[in-house]
Amino acid sequence: MPFIKSETRSGAYYDSAVLMQLQRGLLGLPGVLDSGAVMGTPANLELLEQSGLLTDDAKKAGVNDLLIVVKAESDGVVAEALGQVDSLLARRRSAVAQEFRPKSLETAVQQLPEANWVLVSVPGRFAAGVAREALNLGKHVFLYSDNVSLEDEIALKKTAQAKGLLVMGPDCGTAIINGVGLGFANRVRRGPIGVVGASGTGTQAVTARIHNLGSGVSHAIGTGGRDLKSEVGAITAHQALDVLACDPETKVIVLISKPPAANVATKLLAAAQASGKPVVVDFIGYPPPARKLDNLHFSAGLSEAAEIAVKLLEDWRIREFSNAKRPRFASDLYLRGLFSGGTLAYETMLGLQAVLSPLYSNSPISDSQILPDPLKSQAHTIVDLGDEVFMVGRLHPMIDNDLRLRRLKQEAADPETGLILLDVVLGEGAHPDPASELAPAIAEITRSENRRIEVVTMVIGTDSDPQNVESQVERLKAAGAIVFRTATGAIEYVARRMSQPPDSVGLPVSLDSFNQPLAAINVGLESFYESLVGQGAQAVQVDWKPPAGGNEKLAAILAKMKKKK
Amino acid sequence: MDIEHANLTAVTRMMDARPILKGVATARDVIPGMKDNLFLHAGPPITWQRMSGPMRGAVIGAMMLEGMAKTEAEAIALAEKGAVEFAPNHEHGAVGPMAGVTSPSMKVYIVENVTHGNKAYCNFNEGYGKVLRMGAFSDEVITKLRWINDTFAPIVGEAIEASGEGLDIRALLAEALHMGDEGHNRNKAGSLLFLKWLAPFIAKVAKDNNVESEVLKFICDNALSVLNPVMAACKAMTDAAHGIEGSTLVSTMARNGTDFGIRVSGLGDRWFTAPAEVPQGLWFPGFTAADANPDIGDSAITETAGIGGFAMATAPAIVTFVGSTPREAVNATLEMYEITVAEHKHFTMPVLDFRGTPTGIDIRKVIEKSILPRINTGVAHRLPGIGQVGAGLVRPPMAIFEEALIAYAEKYGLEN
Repeated sequence: MPFIKSETRSGAYYDSAVLMQLQRGLLGLPGVLDSGAVMGTPANLELLEQSGLLTDDAKKAGVNDLLIVVKAESDGVVAEALGQVDSLLARRRSAVAQEFRPKSLETAVQQLPEANWVLVSVPGRFAAGVAREALNLGKHVFLYSDNVSLEDEIALKKTAQAKGLLVMGPDCGTAIINGVGLGFANRVRRGPIGVVGASGTGTQAVTARIHNLGSGVSHAIGTGGRDLKSEVGAITAHQALDVLACDPETKVIVLISKPPAANVATKLLAAAQASGKPVVVDFIGYPPPARKLDNLHFSAGLSEAAEIAVKLLEDWRIREFSNAKRPRFASDLYLRGLFSGGTLAYETMLGLQAVLSPLYSNSPISDSQILPDPLKSQAHTIVDLGDEVFMVGRLHPMIDNDLRLRRLKQEAADPETGLILLDVVLGEGAHPDPASELAPAIAEITRSENRRIEVVTMVIGTDSDPQNVESQVERLKAAGAIVFRTATGAIEYVARRMSQPPDSVGLPVSLDSFNQPLAAINVGLESFYESLVGQGAQAVQVDWKPPAGGNEKLAAILAKMKKKK
Repeated sequence: MDIEHANLTAVTRMMDARPILKGVATARDVIPGMKDNLFLHAGPPITWQRMSGPMRGAVIGAMMLEGMAKTEAEAIALAEKGAVEFAPNHEHGAVGPMAGVTSPSMKVYIVENVTHGNKAYCNFNEGYGKVLRMGAFSDEVITKLRWINDTFAPIVGEAIEASGEGLDIRALLAEALHMGDEGHNRNKAGSLLFLKWLAPFIAKVAKDNNVESEVLKFICDNALSVLNPVMAACKAMTDAAHGIEGSTLVSTMARNGTDFGIRVSGLGDRWFTAPAEVPQGLWFPGFTAADANPDIGDSAITETAGIGGFAMATAPAIVTFVGSTPREAVNATLEMYEITVAEHKHFTMPVLDFRGTPTGIDIRKVIEKSILPRINTGVAHRLPGIGQVGAGLVRPPMAIFEEALIAYAEKYGLEN
């Protein structure tokens, strides 16, 4: 019959790595059958129970109590083992006690003032407090801890945004800044590809693949898994994109996330588009609007994202992209698409919804896009004039242009219209000469003295079609229309002209803090500190303990005193 | 009320205070509120019933010195029937090492803070071995005390007077910190500086060569000679920081051998107390931790003022004394920066590139980081009449800082 005894030490915090070593040390003592050294969280108590180590005394332990349980062949061995706890803990400490370990972020900053980064991996309920302190000290935060509330995340990110700082996380596993991996990261060479990742392992998969393909990574910036939720609004992802867009070393950007909220995705893609650099997007589970939309490239998987990025680097057009002047419509002018072909309308919707919002249609992709009155456009609108609503007592718009001509006038008269997009579908059975009717109407719009509305057409037809495609195109052009011979060309053009990069909020993040040699302060998991030092970065480990030893009443008073000043 | 501002005010007053050793007088004549049946003692208030062995021993010896009792039994009987009143030194502008008993006839140093005008007092150091402050009261103890009171102190007093200006203790400390002292447990350099300053004046005022020689030898033999003026100086400095509305700065740390007590600048004269702990130390031959009395003495006023345990980095010679290495001594000082609000303007440490000592303990930082002040201290035997058994390191109980924080929240309306 083995003996089990536990010892509880109140308010003594140790990180789990230390406790694991203590546990191993206890197990190594002769006669000890099993041991546990854990903080008394409910989850840990459950673990002890499963191992048959939960004594009645141990059940009373709270989250800030250190619990040490020993199971052994005799009472004497148990007592002997428990007597060894302090020396086992001290043995470890003496190994690291040479250099002074600051007990607070404030002191750590004095010790390493050049640190731009603070890594936080303390238990979740304390993490927001540490992150806030780091921001107040003007440092970027890599927030590995999970179990941080959504409210805290939003508040932290807004504070960071106002100060021109980044909060990567919470629950951010991976980042690579200036060649140094933070948290979990593969060793990849420096290179021209920047990564924005809302998924840690996703970022690892992409950066590792980039390395294996012979290229490298400028910076990989983590955002935390919830950043692209609509409540957070991708604050970090937008900041990260801005940084990489400004960074002259970054030639191609990869954007990785699990399915983002639709409204968030649209804004982020508009921003990505506005960066002018090629951006490879891998929104896992999000319907790719096309393989390519303007400078956005959509991949169907992590390794493909890496492959596209590497391939794009070889593309001479990158330079053209980066330098292209990109005049845009004002944000209060909208697209009006008047389509005769239902599928063309649908494909255009699919492509443009990635970057235009709000976008309405009488044949929408999602319910939120339903145009309330098909006869009246609002914001960006794409109307399928072949829809049955319009067809009662009429011929199909591919044959009869009357409805479209009326709607053209209506849209031209609308002060919110900036660009009108038309499809012109030729071929057997279609109108014998659509340009004869459309061109004069277009000319009237494009030559108006009062306003400049652009008219864009996608002409679908072949040189064998009866309508003579060359002549159709020529006359449309002569009327002032911009003509594309493919749907994709027209969609890309519209996307470029109409998408609005979100207004920049807060202070821009300084590129200097990315391109200086990385120096960081680590609060929490010691292995992160060791990894930083191992990579040659300057780092300071904070010997962190919960504020007021975990005493909530005292911690609350301290918090109030901080506010009071 | 702005806490940071209040603390800055308090710590600035502490550092700007300029304590000058001005003279020597009889306690009865100069200590505010002193009277014939009043015995002052170290630490927070305590009754005879709760007094520790060394404190009782010192009280017994002081009664003998005062001529109130001839034997131990007589003294105890008097104390038990309440013939004398007890009060903390700290409540009368005074301090005293270890038991710190200051009785009406004892000679005391007078230190004046010439910046703010407040004064502080401390009795005379008796040297080593069997001494009243450690609770010893045998004939040799009383005889030595009489000699100090009747011969030594008056000459020192006249010497100080002869100097005209008095001795700037802050300047002396600043220099001693550069010579390997931390100002609490190690005062070798400071005592030599004290001797160097006093000697010419003693030579001038002494009327008898033999007496002069004895007086000089007593100072030469006692590396703690300067401790008592230093403690009075620290008291003058910390008193200048006391009573700043809204401040969370600790203005007193003191122990009576039973309880450890602190006072906080913004919390008036209220003591926050809890049972004192036994120091961890090195023991004199023949003694063990079992012989040690819990922490005792007003000398933690040095740490309160930013020296002593807080300045360990600058006193590598005594690191083994507190069971450590030079590297750990530096770490000890670095740790104290975590709980203080300033680096001292005048007390600097060469080893830390002349950084100022960590000064002004903030109860908020103590609680937030769970770091307690370090105090270097001597250790007395737990029984009366024996004396010193060792020296070492001690920290105050956390509970008194917690109580003080809660009291602060109550006073300043920060409760839930």
